[in-house]
Parts: sequence; structure tokens; C-alpha cells
Amino acid sequence: MTDLSVRTGGQAGDGIASVGETIARCFSRMGLHVFGLNAYQSVIRGGHVWYQARTGTGRPRCQGDGLDVLYALDKQTVDVHAPGLRQGGTVVFDPEKFAVSPSELPAGVTALPVPTLEFARKHTSQSILQNAGGIGATAFLAGIPLDLLHQVLADSFGRKAGDVVAWNLAASGDGYHFAETHASVNAHAVQKAGAPKLLMTGNQAIALGAAAAGCKFLAQYPMTPASGVLHWLAAHAQTLGIVVKQAEDEIAAINMAIGASFGGVRAMTATSGGGFSLMVEAMGLAGMTETPLVVVESQRAGPSTGLPTKTEQGDLNMMLGAGQGEFPRAVLAPTDAAEAFHMTIRAFELAEAYQTPVLVASDLHLSESHFTVDREEVPLTYTPASLLNVAPNGHDYLRYQYTESGVSPRAAPGQPGLQFIAGSDEHDEKGHLISDVRSGIPKWVTERSRMMEKRMRKRHGLLTDAQPPVVEGPSDAPLTFVAWGSTVGAVRDAMAVLAAQGKSTNLLYFPTVFPLDADRVTSTLRATHRTLLVEANFTGQFGHLLRAETGVHLSERLLKYDGEPFYPHEIVARGLEVLNHGGQ
Amino acid sequence: MADSSARVVPTPTGAPLPLVGKSDTKPTWCPGCGDFGVVAAIEMAVKRLQIPSHNVVIVSGIGCSSNLPHFLSSYGFHGLHGRALPVAEGIRWANHGLTVIGTGGDGDGFGIGCGHFVHAMRRNVDLTYVTMDNQIYGLTTGQASPTSSMGQKTKSTPTGVIEQPVDPVALALASGATYVARGFSGDVKQLADLVAGGIQHKGFAFVDVFSPCVTYNKINTFDFFRQRVYKLESAGHDPTNRALEFERSLEWGDKIPIGLFYKADRPTYEDLEEVLSAGPLVHQKAGIEGRTDVLDEFV
Ligand SMILES: Cc1ncc(C[n+]2csc(CCOP(=O)(O)OP(=O)(O)O)c2C)c(N)n1
Ligand code: SF4
Ligand SMILES: [Mg+2]
Repeated sequence: MTDLSVRTGGQAGDGIASVGETIARCFSRMGLHVFGLNAYQSVIRGGHVWYQARTGTGRPRCQGDGLDVLYALDKQTVDVHAPGLRQGGTVVFDPEKFAVSPSELPAGVTALPVPTLEFARKHTSQSILQNAGGIGATAFLAGIPLDLLHQVLADSFGRKAGDVVAWNLAASGDGYHFAETHASVNAHAVQKAGAPKLLMTGNQAIALGAAAAGCKFLAQYPMTPASGVLHWLAAHAQTLGIVVKQAEDEIAAINMAIGASFGGVRAMTATSGGGFSLMVEAMGLAGMTETPLVVVESQRAGPSTGLPTKTEQGDLNMMLGAGQGEFPRAVLAPTDAAEAFHMTIRAFELAEAYQTPVLVASDLHLSESHFTVDREEVPLTYTPASLLNVAPNGHDYLRYQYTESGVSPRAAPGQPGLQFIAGSDEHDEKGHLISDVRSGIPKWVTERSRMMEKRMRKRHGLLTDAQPPVVEGPSDAPLTFVAWGSTVGAVRDAMAVLAAQGKSTNLLYFPTVFPLDADRVTSTLRATHRTLLVEANFTGQFGHLLRAETGVHLSERLLKYDGEPFYPHEIVARGLEVLNHGGQ
Repeated sequence: MADSSARVVPTPTGAPLPLVGKSDTKPTWCPGCGDFGVVAAIEMAVKRLQIPSHNVVIVSGIGCSSNLPHFLSSYGFHGLHGRALPVAEGIRWANHGLTVIGTGGDGDGFGIGCGHFVHAMRRNVDLTYVTMDNQIYGLTTGQASPTSSMGQKTKSTPTGVIEQPVDPVALALASGATYVARGFSGDVKQLADLVAGGIQHKGFAFVDVFSPCVTYNKINTFDFFRQRVYKLESAGHDPTNRALEFERSLEWGDKIPIGLFYKADRPTYEDLEEVLSAGPLVHQKAGIEGRTDVLDEFV
């Protein structure tokens, strides 16, 4: 199995992400699976940024551990990343900008000085072609055919001035041919493998899923790493018929979404932890008024403003507990783009079926990384069905009717004869307050309990409909990794590495992190030999949840809170430790 | 407001659907509370405009005043403290065939919810926002509000308020509301006219109402206002000049103006939001089934 990683690094403002994405797109057009990691800092100019496109004959689930081609736009990139280059690797750079001496590079790694600025000057005096020659040389080393690179570049320029496109193609061709004469392709270079795949970020997959689910309204306040959802839906609002509103703050965003949902359309908001903190009160409003609502929470490293451009899974406790009092909710945690698409649809279905808030838990690593999906993995075949299904029989309509399932018939304003009040205060079946003159009166004390029980009964249905935990790999493996969300990607890759070493492991992961079927999870956990909990937070929040629900304590943990995503080698090393030295 | 042709929806038998009236819930306000006048005025206004009850949504926050939706027979959403407007905006955007009326108190609208107030006005969302301004926090038993007067002694300011009050009318003028009025719940007839005018107005209509809290505000009482208010229309007032209105709005003392301060034509948010030109969102097709062209950009 081939595994090829190409990394481009430089300063913010150098266009690193677009170089990286171009390379990633070449791979996906070749029919290869790609994982693209965009590592950046919270500055607009200056600061070190890099993008890594990993591909190969398999399906990379994370950025991986290897590095084969490094295109360095500045010296810092060489200093930081060259030590990670594998045997046979190459550093592409322009000697006019800085020098790289062989002694700085690991053994077996070559420096390829490419006169990119010189190539650029051949075509224009403007400094807009700086990266073209470098992309060309990098593409050659990776095995990307020149005509394909040219197609991808031309497409990415879209309707821009013809000259710029032509110069770019020419300068990238110069770089390509230069590499062809002065170097040979990397030993891991790839070849065309089939029909082009789709390349998208987790955020784009969530946005696409929302559109497919019939979401008609998004209100959001910009916050990294959730802003991609806003950007994609805003760009497609008109063609897809979705009202996209940048709200004045997150409190407004969630309340607008609740208003729109109450008004009868599927509605969503998206944010990161800081914004979600502001939404907490309104989570309960959705729960109390039984208004369907989808909230995307894309975590960054916290607390407070934290690390805006770095990843973490530190908001799980908040997602589970957000809101005073108790009300039903679900938290879904996709592990990659394809799953993000489907789970977003599922979130809308659950929210609508149970008239309660449903969270899609993402994080920077999922939201902003690039994933490939096959067209069949994101079929646009879903027909949203509205559950506004009340027979308009007028006077005896009870919006909050006690039912066995806890789900009451839902109407929307504009439907004749069904007027009701949705109340943030506790209310009776009709929606009338039982919080003021009636509170404390025995009959209404009982009604309060009955209404609580009605709402909380919806948890049973939610649990039945929620996707159960998944075991991947041999069921009797001596080691079980326990993970959720984007972390699962690196675990999957680590398992492949271990398998290649003859070590059998499996994975227990949780598409729905809440609610959990305690009995089922308990027996699954009890059936494992050794376990290793892998989570990107300090305290092992999901481990706590599992313990609370099942009584099972996962004592072996690999926790990471440096803001960086998991690398397979970290999981492999810790996995071997547990395998070799016991654990529970 | 709703397209006028949609106002009276006939039932299958041809009889018009019921208009907004009192609900089966009796107001729980203290006897003599100013808010009784406001609910009466809103009922009169929507009745006069013949908008059937199922096409009206009254949205409120939390406070004594925010209990208002419970007392009328329309749809209602009684949300969180300070958050009536974003919910009301969401409802409008989901279904701009509806008449949406926001209601609440001075604390709700100009304290905790002040940010939403300013932004809803600059957007010129087509809804009517009626605040029952009693210059006090009623429901929480008498603390200072953003409109309490300098020096006013309340439970939270035993030695007197030391902050200058917000002037809601001036704030509305500065923020871009296109219909700005002030009423007095002691004059329900005029108030009903102002509310009806606001509902008919295309754009954000703001009606600040002196609505005395007879229990916790012993200064700004019915008598206080009766002695001071005068009507702008009888003073030969022309509500089109924003700069002049601004000066008027600051008038406070022995004479306090009530009536319509300002009215202007400006496209509403709903007019400018292209997606809504295809009709209310709630009636549009949902989903992108079969739209595989959407995937092409990812290749
Ligand atoms: C987030 C939040 N903070 C505080 C409160 C408590 N609270 C309820 S009503 C209110 C103030 C009400 O004053 P106003 O809006 O002027 O309404 P009034 O009762 O005077 O009509 C407060 C502070 C609350 N319900 N929610
Ligand atoms: S406390 Fe004041 S505002 Fe509240 S109901 Fe009584 S009089 Fe009205
Ligand atoms: Mg008040």
C-alpha cells in the first residue's frame, strides 16, 4: 500500500492553503482518497502555516505520520518540517529566497532548489506567480500528471483574467519540467486510480447535509472553526433557497433559529465553544417549548478564547449539560465528512421527530480538514418530510398533549384554528403558564410533574432511534480503542499500522455520544479484553460519561490537549504499551 | 405586515375565520397595571385590521409585560428574558405572510435585549414592537430599569439611580426604525391607532408605551403622565424629518410628547432578502433532492 504525504509551508498570506488544496484536489481528481490538514495560526499575515495533503492507494483517515515532499516557502518551514521527512524525501525551495544545506536534512532526503522566482519573472513583473513553479515541481515529485495539474489550476482561477491563468500554467509547467530534469519522482508517487472523488471539508459536508435535510434557515455568528458552515451556505443561499443570516451575536443566532423553527421550517445554528456558551439558555428554550433545533458545535481548544485555530474535544461536558434544568437532547459525533453529511440529516430528523435540540459535535480537525468522498457516499436522495401533521380540528388542540411517546402534535402559526402559546415558562397541555398564580397549588404541582415526565419520555424514542455504538475490527481483539468524533480517524490509521505489525486491535466508537444505551454499552465494554480511551481533552470527558452510564472505568487513557490532532504513531505507541504491559 | 389579501381567510364553508380576541386566560397583572391598556389596544388594532387570529403571532420575553401573549387568542411565543426580537425575526423569515408583534418590558427590550433591539431596527424587519415601559423591573419586584429616572430610589438603588436613562425613542430613531411612536396606556384609543399604524407600516415599527407599574413605581404614575403628555398630532407635527424628531424625542419634563414621531419608507429586510422573493420560506420546497449539480464544485 502506497502512502504519500506532501506538505507546503510558509507564512500566512503566502497562499499556502491554496497551494495545498491544489495538490489535494489533483489527488482527488486522480480518483485517490485524500486527507488534507490545514494548520494555521490566528493571524492574517505572518505566522507559520502549513497544509498537508496525504494520499495513497488506501483511504487515509488523518494526516498520518509520514512526509515525502516538502515545499518550503520560507526557511522556517525547512527548520520545522524537514526533520520529519522520510527516506527518499525531497525539499522543494527557491535558492533565491534562502539556502538549504544537505547537512540540515535527514539522511536520504534531497534538496531540490527550483528557481521559481526566475520562472515567474519570465512572464510578469507582478509578484503573483511566486508559487506556480513550486507547485509544478511538487506535482512532478508526487506523480501528478502535468495536464491534470493545469486543469485543476485553470479551474481554480475560474473567471479570472486570461493572462494570469496562462502565466500560471506556463510557470507551473516550467517548475514541473525543471524537476523532471533535476530529480526523479518520489518512491511513493501515486497514479490515477479511477473516477474523480469529491474533496470537501467537514464544515462543507455539514452544510451540504443541512441543505439535503431540508434546512431552510441558518443563523450564525462567525467563529472559527464553525464559520465554514456559514460561508458555504451563504454562498449557496440563493441557488438552494435557504435564508442565511449572520446574527448580531450567538444569543440572537440561536433564538432566530428557534423562531424560524417555531415558524415551521427546519432551522439550524452553528458555532464554536465560546458562542455555544452564549447559546446555553436558549438550548433550554428549545427543550421547553419543544421546538426542533439543530446546533453544530465545532470545538476549538479552550477554555475561554483558547486556541482559535487549534483542535480539541473539550466541550463534551458542556454539550451534555448546556441549559438549566433537564430536557431531552442528543449529541451526534461524526468522524469524517461522509458521516458529517449523514449525521446532519439525522440530526434534523431527530430534532423534528422529538421536538428538541440535537447537537452535531464537530471540532476544528473535522470541520476544517479536507476529506474525500465518493458521490455515492453523499447521495442527494433524501426527501424532508414535515411533521407539522396536526389535524386542524380547532378548539380542542393541545400543543403539549400528554402522549405515551412524549411527542405532542405540533402546529405552526398560520394554521387556522390551532393557535397556542409556546412558553419558556412551565405550562400545561394547552401551553398556559403554570409558573405564576397556579404554581404551588396541588393540582398544578401534579401537572408540572406530568409535563416534565411527558417531555422526558421523549428520551426513550431518542435512544431507540439513535445510532448505536459501532465495533470495527475483529471482535475478539486483545485491545479495544474507545473513541468518538474526529479522533476516530487517527485511531483507524493507527489500527492499520498495528495490523501491519501483526497486532490485532479493534475500535469501539460512538456515532451518538448521547444518549447512550447503558445496558448495551456495558455489555460491549465488558466483552472487551483491554481498552484504551483516546480523547482530545485533559480529563477524559467521554470516559466520565461512560463511567457514569455504565459503571465501567476505562483506566488506560491517551489524552491530548496541546491543540494538535492525534498522530497515528502516538496511538500506536500507547496501544503497544497497553498490549504489552496489561492495563485493565 | 401580512399581505392584505391574505388577511381574512375564509373557512371551507365561507365564514371568515375568527379574529383576535381575548383568550381563555385572564390577565394576572396587578389591578390597575398599565399593561391592561396595552393588551386592549393591541386587540383593538388587530381587530380593526381584520387579521384573523391564526395569522398573528405575538412574541415576548420575560417580565410582567411579557405575559401579554397569553391573554389574546392569536399564536404566541413567550420566550426568554430579552430575546423576543430574535425569535420574532426568525418567525418573520420563516413565514413573512404572518403579522408578527413583539411585546415586552423596558428591562427586556432596553436592558438585557438592547443589542437585539438596535439590530432589528437597522434591518428594518417588518414587525411591530410594543414595549410596556414602566421604568422599573416589575416582575422581579421593583429594581431599577434602563429607563428609570436619575435619582429614582428602587430596591436595587436605595440611594437613587446614578445612571442616565436610555431614551428608547431617540435610540430607535438613531438605529433606523422606520416607524417610531410613543403611546400612553391611559389613552387606549390613541394607542390602538399607533399600534394599528405600526402593523400597517412596512418595516420595523416601534411603539414605546408609558405603562405605569402601580405597585413598584410611585413616581411615573398614571397621574404623572396625565399631567404631562401632549399629543404630537395636535401640535401640528410632521413625522418625516428625522433630525427634528430626534430633538422632540428628547423632550422630557413638564411636557412630554406622545404620538407618531417618525415614519419613513425604506425597503424591509424581507424585501431585500432575495430568497424570500419566492414566497414565504415555509411554503417553499425544502431539500436538494436530485440536485447532484451541487456536488460538482467538490470535484
Ligand atoms: C436571563 C434572565 N435574567 C434575569 C431574569 C429575571 N427577570 C425576569 S423579568 C426581569 C425584568 C423585568 O423587567 P421588565 O422587562 O421591565 O418587565 P416588567 O416586569 O417591568 O414588565 C428580570 C430581571 C430572567 N428571567 N432571565
Ligand atoms: S408589578 Fe407592576 S408591572 Fe407587574 S403587574 Fe403589577 S403593576 Fe403591573
Ligand atoms: Mg419594566
